Amino acid sequence: MHEMALAEEVLQIVQDAARREGLRRVVALWLEIGQLSCVEPEALRFCFEAVACDSVAAGARVEIVAAAGAAWCNECAAPVALAALGDPCPLCGGYRLRVTGGTQMRVQQLEAV
Amino acid sequence: MCISCGCGSEEAGIGREADDHARMHAAGAIHRHDHAAAQDLPHDHGHEHQHESVPEHAHAPGLAPARMLRIEQDILAKNDSYAAQNRRILAERGILALNLVSSPGAGKTALLVKTIEALGDRCRIGVIEGDQQTSHDADRIRATGARAVQINTGRGCHLDAHMVGHAIAQLDPPHHGMLMIENVGNLVCPAAFDLGEAHKVVVLSVTEGEDKPLKYPDMFRRASLMLLNKIDLLPYLEFDLALCIDYAHRTNPDLAVICVSALTGEGIPQWLAWLDQGAESARAACRDIAALSGCGPDEPRLLVERGLIG
Repeated sequence: MHEMALAEEVLQIVQDAARREGLRRVVALWLEIGQLSCVEPEALRFCFEAVACDSVAAGARVEIVAAAGAAWCNECAAPVALAALGDPCPLCGGYRLRVTGGTQMRVQQLEAV
Repeated sequence: MCISCGCGSEEAGIGREADDHARMHAAGAIHRHDHAAAQDLPHDHGHEHQHESVPEHAHAPGLAPARMLRIEQDILAKNDSYAAQNRRILAERGILALNLVSSPGAGKTALLVKTIEALGDRCRIGVIEGDQQTSHDADRIRATGARAVQINTGRGCHLDAHMVGHAIAQLDPPHHGMLMIENVGNLVCPAAFDLGEAHKVVVLSVTEGEDKPLKYPDMFRRASLMLLNKIDLLPYLEFDLALCIDYAHRTNPDLAVICVSALTGEGIPQWLAWLDQGAESARAACRDIAALSGCGPDEPRLLVERGLIG
């Protein structure tokens, strides 16, 4: 359940920003989660709601911004879309793929009052 | 977990240091770790939170003004900064550090014991053991004569770089040796957390089914080497070795594979050769750094001060 640890990291980032900027309440935050990252977005949302319940971000809306997975196919010598690790190249059906994008997990922005 | 520094203080314990650490956190949210007891290791990360004054706001009467704030920060940025610090300390000492990951029961500890015995005097090994509870694994390692520090993660399902930084400080691993970090048995969560290692080594035993690399692709994608363990049991199992390796290469075409048996010693020479190569690379990099700086490899603080590392 590493989503709980990640949720705590998110809360830490939000709390640091709230202190730095003097925010009274965070009402929404946007998390960019890559399709090939090792986190389940809904589990992360659930965990964040739990860890944030007594914080400046209690009840905040969590918006997940999906980032598409991308890879380089060595056979095709071309960039391709990759929805999941272990999927074949959509062009040649091979597996000589190196992940090039879609692994990020970032706090993009937040909305505060 | 400590909300101020994220160091899992309520749950995790690292050897004898755990109690002191818990007391430090009990004292309040603003604190500083100095690790003065940790020999000469520059494992020093302050947590001095600066509370800036509240900026001026223009509030229109009756309206709650919403404000958008760009953050653009990696969720694991803090873990990654601790990992970078660990990596720097290990580089200064010319230590090859490996993060051993697997599901529970794949044979990581047995393999480590066999490795330590087989290496003998060729290379000094320090071991960090991660488990939710007990010091059984560290006890097994210590029985070989090697140094070991046990991290108990409590409810935690993985090691993180902050815990490992504390353990490195306590272990004080020898220069030009190896550091083996045996992660919590779990093929999912440890994949996300960089500990400062040179490589992740995933251990898969042939009793587990050949499709594990497809079921848990994150771990296999991030590993440099897969050790297929317990191959002495192959005659008794319906395990398609070639298919397993093919599945692993679907998630990571660059993954090296060595078949081993911690019980019979089969494949151990190939594993030791892989280790020797990595250890020599770590030592060579350390020598290069020292040569560039014009000071000996045992003067890491000087290197840091000169900005040659980290």
